[in-house]
Amino acid sequence: MSFLRSKYDTGPWKGAYASYDLVKELCIAVGVVALLAIVLTVLFSSPDEKPSTVAQWSRQMPINFVATAAKELDGTSDTAEYGPPYNHNSASVQHFLFLHPQRWLGVSHPIDTAEDYVIGPLETVPGDPVLRSALAEYRAARAATRKGWGEAYAKPLEEYETATEEKKTPPKTVALDASSGAVTVKASGAGPVPALMGGLLSLAQSGGLDGALLTSNQFFQTDYTKPLLFMADGGLLGERAEAQHLLGEQWGMMNETGSYPGQVWLWLYTLWYQVEPIKSSSNADIQVMLIMGLLSLALVCIPFIPGIRDLPRRIPIYKLIWKEHYRAQRSE
Amino acid sequence: MSAAGTPKPTWTGRVREAAVEALPPEKLLPDGQPTYVASWIYIFGVASIAALIVIIGSGTILALKGPAWWHYTGIGHFFNSIHLWAVELFFFAMVVHLWGKYWMAAWRGGRTRVWITGAITFLVAVPTALTGYVSQQNFDAQWIATQAKDGLNSVGVGAFFNVTNFGQMYSYHVFLLPLAVVGLVAAHVLLVRRHGVVPPFELDRPALAPRPPQADGTPPSVPDGKPPSAPTGVAS
Amino acid sequence: MIVLAAVFNLNHPARVVEWHFIQLSVANLIVIALMLVVFALAVALPFPGARARAIARRTGGDPE
Repeated sequence: MSFLRSKYDTGPWKGAYASYDLVKELCIAVGVVALLAIVLTVLFSSPDEKPSTVAQWSRQMPINFVATAAKELDGTSDTAEYGPPYNHNSASVQHFLFLHPQRWLGVSHPIDTAEDYVIGPLETVPGDPVLRSALAEYRAARAATRKGWGEAYAKPLEEYETATEEKKTPPKTVALDASSGAVTVKASGAGPVPALMGGLLSLAQSGGLDGALLTSNQFFQTDYTKPLLFMADGGLLGERAEAQHLLGEQWGMMNETGSYPGQVWLWLYTLWYQVEPIKSSSNADIQVMLIMGLLSLALVCIPFIPGIRDLPRRIPIYKLIWKEHYRAQRSE
Repeated sequence: MSAAGTPKPTWTGRVREAAVEALPPEKLLPDGQPTYVASWIYIFGVASIAALIVIIGSGTILALKGPAWWHYTGIGHFFNSIHLWAVELFFFAMVVHLWGKYWMAAWRGGRTRVWITGAITFLVAVPTALTGYVSQQNFDAQWIATQAKDGLNSVGVGAFFNVTNFGQMYSYHVFLLPLAVVGLVAAHVLLVRRHGVVPPFELDRPALAPRPPQADGTPPSVPDGKPPSAPTGVAS
Repeated sequence: MIVLAAVFNLNHPARVVEWHFIQLSVANLIVIALMLVVFALAVALPFPGARARAIARRTGGDPE
């Protein structure tokens, strides 16, 4: 495959050597870089925005919390409908032509949103007969009945959220008691769902849900997938991110919180998300990952790519780099 | 030295001889460089290594005290800041180094593997940084994790590399990926030492005039590509 | 132990530069600009030790 080999070759250097102290250079470099890092630290420090908690979310945005929890219960939230690796649905399953890696790799971190986010945590709440009765009624019901309850409860909340987004007057079917933080949803045919949601909101606002989501399987836990996905289904993280220019459409992948420099090296990853047809594609992520995979391979293989490997000869920046060498050659 | 009388080669002996043949001491740690190594662009490789050393040093201190320490002590925050700025300096130096090496076409003369190891180091540094960002245990970590998961899930990687699993990400960040980066950098540097720094493009004149005859009048020995030790009487 | 705050407080929402569809934070823009400037200076500026290298070229740079 001769097109992979350049027609030029470079023989070994047969010329002169001058003294060059590599170890000294490394020591100087470490000193300079360490000093530079310390100076930047003293001047600017580093950001540390406190993390959001489920408790904060439920207190700051109680209606959004209840709306999200209702969707987790009736299986219509982003996480519930996501697909692998969390469940077998398909709303967020992406593919490219015949490539379906997300489906192929399967469900490796199963999340049952109704059980994990609502029913399971509520069952840990002691001594609340109304809640116990609601849980029993929910568990005993058929799937179709539960679905009907869920839809009846979710409808006024959806109308409320749509009106808020469009900056219109929200319907009176959803009300927030500012003093207690409780949310009331007027929905007929919702069965025990209002009681479940009320119980979950209280548990969240007391801080109990953060713990329940984390330690549900075992005492020691370092996996924050469940609470993070639950919060990401809601609006608090997104609201904070928008304020910090971290949203995708704000080129947020490159950015850091505050006014700090971020991950500048991700410029090309995020650029593709801003251009059509990728921007509005439901398979945007896999498209960008494949493009970047290909370009990364190309970067590694530059020595084999005709044209790209010849550009340094054509655009002679090397004449600046080796100007002393060429001057010495000319003067002989 | 193999046993006298029955020089049956041992694995150790073979490894030693192969290593010494590939990189004799004067090639591994030369006192001199070709005279064309005469530009500030050449310092960005060692600057990248220096930044990596500062990253590992500050990271070691952060690891010694555990992932929560920097949130509640001033000295912890200080070392976290050094770690973050050293990462910015590392990528800065590495990219300038990459630009310089590209415009020198530094893969020439059998140096393809030098280019490849360097490019892969850059590509591995990106997820190394990502695992660091999602290990911060602050809002930035929450946001980056919940966003990055979608890209990784879309290609199936999310099935075994879960950015919302702090324990896994911290392990990758503190041990697995730095090991990969250091290994790649070591391979990269050893390859540079083996092949030497890439010579300039030839213009319309060949390489310099032949070396002077040896002290006893015999012709100069053919250079074997091994750099001599530092010329005497020359200011360093 | 004395705890010093940073000289400059960067903990406020970033200023963003928008150009067509490109949005870059000022901090990132500064980093990118600095990289280009540093690269240009690195290839253009003379490197110390020219005299020693000239002597090495004249003498063949070999102690033999």
